[in-house]
Amino acid sequence: MDRSELALVALGGFAGATLRYAVSVAIPGAAGTLAVNVLGSFLLGTFITSVSSRRAQLFFGTGLLSSLTTYSTFAVQTASLSPMGGALNVGANYVLGFAAAALGLAFGGRR
Amino acid sequence: MTLSLLSAALVGVGGMAGAVSRHTVDQRVVGKWSTVTVNVLGSVALGFLATAPVGDAAATLAGTGFCGAFTTFSSFAVGVAELAETGDYDTAARYAFGTLLAALVGVAIGGAVGGLVG
Repeated sequence: MDRSELALVALGGFAGATLRYAVSVAIPGAAGTLAVNVLGSFLLGTFITSVSSRRAQLFFGTGLLSSLTTYSTFAVQTASLSPMGGALNVGANYVLGFAAAALGLAFGGRR
Repeated sequence: MTLSLLSAALVGVGGMAGAVSRHTVDQRVVGKWSTVTVNVLGSVALGFLATAPVGDAAATLAGTGFCGAFTTFSSFAVGVAELAETGDYDTAARYAFGTLLAALVGVAIGGAVGGLVG
């Protein structure tokens, strides 16, 4: 694989992870994770259906937007909540995240 | 927690490594299984870091940075939405809840191992 392509993924990963950290400071706990996951799912859905450049996909899609969102933090937070809180956290991330992704796909596909 | 430049830099460097590692898995594992693989492995690792006796800096670099970026919710959610769009609700539901179950079991296993080390 092209080294410059790996560099695009790395730079996008740096930006996405740092943004996620900034949101987690502004909105601590599961609510901050929900915010990045829903926003990132909408943006990724929009992006993959509207931008075809491979280099842009690697930087924004694989790098930035995939690193902005996280499954591991969501899973660890879900496990640390009460059974009711955990179920609510899963429900919120899944319902809002899937709806945001579907909306993004529809929105990007219309362009 | 307050915003700190050092923490942001550690998260950024961990995020670079996490994204590149995810991309590497993506090129070797076909289809949705690559997203399942990173999300479950990353959840095991973050579960471990949550209970293992690691310092704050290491937890920020490896946990928030690497595990956070290695795993992805957006690719997962777009995958579920694409399956639902094709009308394959059965596969969409198995993908969504299979990932959840495997990740939560992974967090528990990682956490148990981390507790043993501590």
